Amino acid sequence: MTAALETSGLGKQYGQKWALHDCTLTIPEGKVVGLVGPNGAGKSTLLNLAVGLLAPTSGTIEVLGGRPSDGPSQLGRIGFVAQDTPTYEGMSVAKHLRMGAWLNPHWDSDLAERRIKQLRLDPRQKAGALSGGQRAQLALVLALAKKPEILILDEPVASLDPLARREFLQTLMEVVAEHGVSVVLSSHLIADLERVCDYLIVLVASHVQLSGDVNALLASHYHLSGPRRDRSALPANQAVIEESHTDKQSVFMVRTDDPILDPAWTVKPVTLDDLVLGYMRQAREAEPHRRPGLGLLR
Amino acid sequence: MIRFTSLQFRIQAAIAVGVLVLVAIVVAITGPNLVHLYATTVAHCKAHGDCTYASNALTQSDSFLQSAFGALLLVLPALVGIFWGAPLIAREYEAGTFRLAWTQSVTRMRWLAVKLGIIGLASMVAAGLASLMVSSWFSPIDKVTKVQFTSFDERGIVAVGYAVFAFAFGVAAGLLIRRTVPAMFATLVAFVGARLAVTYWVRPHLLPPVKAAMPLHMVFGTSIEQTSSTGLLFFQPVTIPNAWIYSNEVVNKYGHAPTVPFLQSACHSVLSIPASGTAQGVPTPNQNAQTAFAECFANVAAKFHQVVVYQPASRYWAFQWYETAIFFGLAVIVAGFSFWWVRRRVV
Amino acid sequence: MIQFQLDTASGVATYLQLVQQVHQALRLGLLEPGDQLPTAQQVVAKLAINPNTVLKAYRDLEREGLVRPRPGQGTFVIASLSHTDPATQARLLSSMVHWLRSARSAGLGPDDIEAIYRTAFRNYFAESVA
Repeated sequence: MTAALETSGLGKQYGQKWALHDCTLTIPEGKVVGLVGPNGAGKSTLLNLAVGLLAPTSGTIEVLGGRPSDGPSQLGRIGFVAQDTPTYEGMSVAKHLRMGAWLNPHWDSDLAERRIKQLRLDPRQKAGALSGGQRAQLALVLALAKKPEILILDEPVASLDPLARREFLQTLMEVVAEHGVSVVLSSHLIADLERVCDYLIVLVASHVQLSGDVNALLASHYHLSGPRRDRSALPANQAVIEESHTDKQSVFMVRTDDPILDPAWTVKPVTLDDLVLGYMRQAREAEPHRRPGLGLLR
Repeated sequence: MIRFTSLQFRIQAAIAVGVLVLVAIVVAITGPNLVHLYATTVAHCKAHGDCTYASNALTQSDSFLQSAFGALLLVLPALVGIFWGAPLIAREYEAGTFRLAWTQSVTRMRWLAVKLGIIGLASMVAAGLASLMVSSWFSPIDKVTKVQFTSFDERGIVAVGYAVFAFAFGVAAGLLIRRTVPAMFATLVAFVGARLAVTYWVRPHLLPPVKAAMPLHMVFGTSIEQTSSTGLLFFQPVTIPNAWIYSNEVVNKYGHAPTVPFLQSACHSVLSIPASGTAQGVPTPNQNAQTAFAECFANVAAKFHQVVVYQPASRYWAFQWYETAIFFGLAVIVAGFSFWWVRRRVV
Repeated sequence: MIQFQLDTASGVATYLQLVQQVHQALRLGLLEPGDQLPTAQQVVAKLAINPNTVLKAYRDLEREGLVRPRPGQGTFVIASLSHTDPATQARLLSSMVHWLRSARSAGLGPDDIEAIYRTAFRNYFAESVA
């Protein structure tokens, strides 16, 4: 089975700074993948590399087994919605659909028109006059109606109000249920990702900190709380992600594939929230001179 | 992609069509008057002996339109570059819509090729039509003034080359600079620079000029004058219609101009006559002055002749084609650069 | 058709909440054998959750023998969890409401009512085991 997205040592450098560094991922098909991390972590860079709007400085990237530069058929397999969901301000909704039909060989006009009607958008209205939520929905329709095998969405709901966000995700999930497309969705809103994602990638400071199936990740991470203990006292098969201590008590977040046998610990499962924040803090500790990650919202 | 380009271009195309239609209407209304004027007056002026009057009447009519049409042809290619070329890609960058346009199922190269092709063609057609209309409007006047090389950039086909170059440069500027207004400015500067450079440094050298030596002959304007730089100058006018005169000199067989002492001696009779009618500012015909000048002329003509370096009138169209080709070639180079650049990188 | 709801703060996994809501509906007779469950597409269009979550819940229900998918048509209920007929359920429900009214007019708040109920529930079932 081809991977939806596969990278190997992928990196993008601007001048002296690496926006993305040494990124190696294999994302299986048919998943809704959440790409989470603070602003400036490299999420947009990764997604723009996937659709060919950026060329790698090092390493390789393949989407659905094809290179981004492979030509029109590769472009046709990927539906992309960029950050701030750009649309042509002076062009009406109907003209945007015509553009989609002209520029995409597999365009499904029925699907496009059906969705526009469902969204109650006026086809004659210019895109510049739409609200943020409506523009995002229009951009999503444009990406969907070309019948892609994978949808790549760069923070599509970041600047939307809660209702518009919910409606966008409803539409997206409906499409996943109906057509089985893979989705890669970047966001810094963990609550949304918790609802819809079954695969997670945590990107902090241009590096991948964590990646994997959500259920598998949640099943292999634990909160341990108990009497004060140093991390070196933990068995080797338990990787410490986070720790905090008072003079009498210690709390750890650990990753392990084996059961926790020590009866001194109170063991609790982690939430996706805990997981993401834990790895982000771990990344920040590793690079203390960096500015702390901003804008992680619930 | 062709249909989409036409969709995005429709407003600019409409403006161009509007301007061309306006020009066509003005030409259609005022043009026939000039033709009529020419046919009835200048064509027969030799018989009536009033050619100067008839010519001036024609060349001074509709002077506002003359300036306006001339300006239109000068400005049109620059406008095409600034308003069609510079915003083409710059606007997509400014609005972020390049992330939408270049992730449809059309490669960037094809996107650019169709846009350059269609709008480039439109700019050539617009410039060509404008030039055609204006040239035909001017033709009665040009037949009289016979200075085709002076109005070189406002007639013929060169505007087509200018327009397509300005457009191609505008697109490249927008691609590199990614902001519309700075790209417009850069296009204007580059266009003016290229035009000046070609006009003054390239055009004169496109074909080697003809050098002709002719004996001096008395015509209206043959004269001897006091100048502040050379002291005394013997001047023989050139009468080669529609030619491009590079230089016009009076020289002896060794190539030297008459020296001031020589002229003072050869023409002393003319030079000793006080300027007549200066009190009223109107020179009065003076039999003495005419014979004195005839003697001066004979003295000079015995030793000196006229050497004119020029491009003959027959080469006019060769120059038009060469210059158009130069600008077209520049356009192709600039467009080639745009393709290379957009293929290699986007952001 | 049953309408699912999601309580994100409850700490209970989403798919489990769906399963529990189906159980509840079956117990109350709101779902009967032959009724169709909403398609995954319909559920996610309302709740904005991953379709696999819905499919996992339906698979669990199928394993419990409560539902069966019919290819091309949907997922249908095949068993019942309700142990009484609708008339008895209705009667019990209305006497419950009657009791709640008396408790309210005696001045009890919701927490007091729940405390009385839980005590009675615990004592009754503890007695019947013993």
